[in-house]
Amino acid sequence: MTQHVTITINGQPFEADIESRLLLVHFIREVANLTGTHIGCDTTSCGACTVLVNGTPAKSCTLFAVQADGAEISTVEGLEQGGKLHPIQEGFFEEHGLQCGFCTPGMMMTSVAFLKDHPNPTDEEIRRAISGNLCRCTGYVNIVKSIQYAAKKMRDDQAAPTPAPAVTEAEAVR
Amino acid sequence: MSTDAAAIGGMGRSIKRKEDARFLRGKGRYIDDFKLPGMVYMDIVRSPYAHATIKSIDATKALALPGVLAVITGKDLDAAGLAWMPTLMSDKQMVLPVDRVVYQAQEVAAVIATERYIAADGVALVEVDYEPLPPVIDPFKALEPDSPLVRPDRDQKTNHIWHWEAGDAARTDQIFQSADVVVKQDLYIPRIHVCSIETCGCVASFDKVEGKLTIYMTTQAPHAIRTVYSLVTGIPEHKIRIVSPDIGGGFGGKVPVYPGYVIASVASITTGLPVKWIEDRSENLQADSFARDYHISAELAAKSDGTMQALRVKTLADHGAFDAAANPSKFPAGLYSIITGSYTLEAAHVEVDGVYTNKPPGGVAYRCSFRVTEAVHTIERMVDTLAQKLQLDPADVRMKNFIPPDAFPYKSATGWEYDSGNYPAALQKAMDKIDYAGLRREQAEKRARGELMGIGISTFTEIVGAGPSHTFDILGIKMFDSCEIRVHPTGSAIVRIGVQTQGQGHETTFAQIVAEELGLPVDNITVEHGDTDTAPYGLGTYASRSTPTAGAATAVASRKIREKAKKIAGHLLEVSPDDVEWVDYKFQVKGVPGRSVTMKDIAFAAYTNFPQDVEAGLEAVDYYDPPNLTFPFGAYICVVDIDRGTGAVKIRRFVAVDDCGNIINPMIVDGQIHGGLTMGMAPALFEAITYDEDGNIQQSNFMDYLLPTAMETPVWETDKTVTPSPHHPFGAKGVGESATVGAPPAIANAVVDALSHLGVTHLDIPITPWKVYAILEAHGVAEG
Repeated sequence: MTQHVTITINGQPFEADIESRLLLVHFIREVANLTGTHIGCDTTSCGACTVLVNGTPAKSCTLFAVQADGAEISTVEGLEQGGKLHPIQEGFFEEHGLQCGFCTPGMMMTSVAFLKDHPNPTDEEIRRAISGNLCRCTGYVNIVKSIQYAAKKMRDDQAAPTPAPAVTEAEAVR
Repeated sequence: MSTDAAAIGGMGRSIKRKEDARFLRGKGRYIDDFKLPGMVYMDIVRSPYAHATIKSIDATKALALPGVLAVITGKDLDAAGLAWMPTLMSDKQMVLPVDRVVYQAQEVAAVIATERYIAADGVALVEVDYEPLPPVIDPFKALEPDSPLVRPDRDQKTNHIWHWEAGDAARTDQIFQSADVVVKQDLYIPRIHVCSIETCGCVASFDKVEGKLTIYMTTQAPHAIRTVYSLVTGIPEHKIRIVSPDIGGGFGGKVPVYPGYVIASVASITTGLPVKWIEDRSENLQADSFARDYHISAELAAKSDGTMQALRVKTLADHGAFDAAANPSKFPAGLYSIITGSYTLEAAHVEVDGVYTNKPPGGVAYRCSFRVTEAVHTIERMVDTLAQKLQLDPADVRMKNFIPPDAFPYKSATGWEYDSGNYPAALQKAMDKIDYAGLRREQAEKRARGELMGIGISTFTEIVGAGPSHTFDILGIKMFDSCEIRVHPTGSAIVRIGVQTQGQGHETTFAQIVAEELGLPVDNITVEHGDTDTAPYGLGTYASRSTPTAGAATAVASRKIREKAKKIAGHLLEVSPDDVEWVDYKFQVKGVPGRSVTMKDIAFAAYTNFPQDVEAGLEAVDYYDPPNLTFPFGAYICVVDIDRGTGAVKIRRFVAVDDCGNIINPMIVDGQIHGGLTMGMAPALFEAITYDEDGNIQQSNFMDYLLPTAMETPVWETDKTVTPSPHHPFGAKGVGESATVGAPPAIANAVVDALSHLGVTHLDIPITPWKVYAILEAHGVAEG
């Protein structure tokens, strides 16, 4: 039995006739061909498959795609805008917040949603926020630093917004 | 012309990682991201029983399901001579069983289907008729004469696999007879699983026209696998290509060849279609090879002043149903004989007996060099046991017994030659950093108030970087490693290495080695690895061997290039090559700093303007055979507080002073240590795989097998001392696993220390809240 769904991922609508049992993570990876969202445990434990569903982090291995019909999904591929890394990506790069990179997309998506509501978090709050995302490589110390880096960057950007075109031009010149 | 050392980005700099660019954008290429035209999917039928006879397999219903293309059984493989495969330890392992299963979750049949979900549906429709047999679960009972046999296929009709020993038994016994004090302790290091967040899998693709089999697979050792595949299947080696793409964590779990890889390859050859096989987590956790599972009985003989004299250790190693451990061939118990640790001992004798049980294969590493963790845990617990018995401070006992800094190279009682070390300096640094004396005072005050606080020390020595080839091989393939460098005319370079990466950052650190040696900017150096069609032959990344072996090869290959470059430099500077010298990342005329050429100039000349007596081009290959292993070490101090209401152990502080010799990239080394510490804490406090009496695994998902989250993981405090390896080309040692090896005894020692006044002398890991709470209750100090 198939169902017709329209799921918008990173602003782009994907329409398909799918089996109702198709998991959202498989829709993202295999129908939309966005393979940045990973599968680590298929039991909602590890968080490698975390995406934002209408802005809220969700483990896409435990949602059916049909449940996301009509929803706006954000994945790691949507973080970079206009050739510019999102502050969370920049934070993970600068603070060595990743090693094998497998948990990183889910970890960043959880962080993005968390930072929206917690622009000035404590380390303890960050650790609680990412406790549903397992990382086997980093020991979390640098992930916490990465998220703090992003929080600061986003606060600074908020305080002194730089006109986006100016940055792009400057970079183009470089 | 001045050279900007920062732009070169050589040794010792925290260069940001090159590989991050793709990972941060979701553009990594992990195994499940591969999608080849016409690709079909494989899923595996697994045994519900630990030990059973297979009476029949009926695939009729599965084959009737639209989309199911084939069901492969052991009988099919047997017809092709592929029902069994060799293991790395010269045992053999079932790919698919013909008539019996020997552990729960063992592969029984494989379903090939056009879609992933249909393959899973097909698995549910394969009907297998089993007749359960009595399982062998307890390794001690496995050795009893009336025990059922796990492996009746062997000539030897017992469950005993092998006996191994090292050291001098007679001398050890002699010392024990006259020792002032002997402490004895039984330890169990439980079975654990690496649980990289990416499971294992492959895409096998057989090209019928070319007759070439390409396997994209989650492997830490692609070349060795190519050779084994060729030897087992008879496919010529140039017709096999193994590609290890981006790997989502390895930690040793991706060294073995699992049956799924082989079945998918057979399926691709049979169908002519690319076949994808991806484990789900419960399959990975239940069936892939495990680590540890050592039952240890240790005795330490000493003088009454705390001088350690001799160590005697007997061990039962539970290897599961197949001896598929990932050790060098001559070392069935790995490098367990490093068990004398950082201490001078007059003698030692250590024995291990390997045993078969009805469990999945054991003996792969869990982020450690071949059984070093078991050894370090034992000696570090025994030092504390001795200190407790003699009522001495465990730091004093260590300082008293350390191999002195001037005694290196040091020959250990079990025969290893330690390359370099300065153990007192590392421990002193850790003690100063954490204020050890202050902590002891605090502990005394708290104890007087009834609070439970403990301080634990671990001063470990590791042994990593196998070869040398005269001693180390895997199935006869010597454990060297390799690097090939080509410098392009415009001064950039491609570097191909025989090891690969699972997150260690090789694309950055190996570029830094070349940058340092050749003076080319790190940004202009590409590092490739993991593809057997292009990379030079190597033994792979595990056991902290990449930097000691392939890292050394990279430095030596670079130096070969520099030798040639020197001739071209002389030509360009119009002097004899003997009159130029390498200074500040460029060649200059001796004593004339103004007259110099850079490697970039030389690279261009190597293709456009080279001297008559020099070949064109600028490239080199090196196969490096290390003269010895490297011996990284460290001093860890852990402070724990124990909750009397729950028994929970909280790590309040953890100071890790590591010494891995000269460092390529401090940022990456720190990251490796953070991760290693977390994977050391995990088995110390949380992780263990257990079986019930029928052989049912009791942890088959992350709800039961507890990986540390950010909540349990403390803020690790790292520091270092630097004692270069004298035999490594740039003085480095391995580091990826030091912390996993060193951390568990520091934590266990801290917990025992917190409870020592109650008479507690030992706790086996994992030290879970309920284990501690039972002790608190028994001593009447539990709250609530």
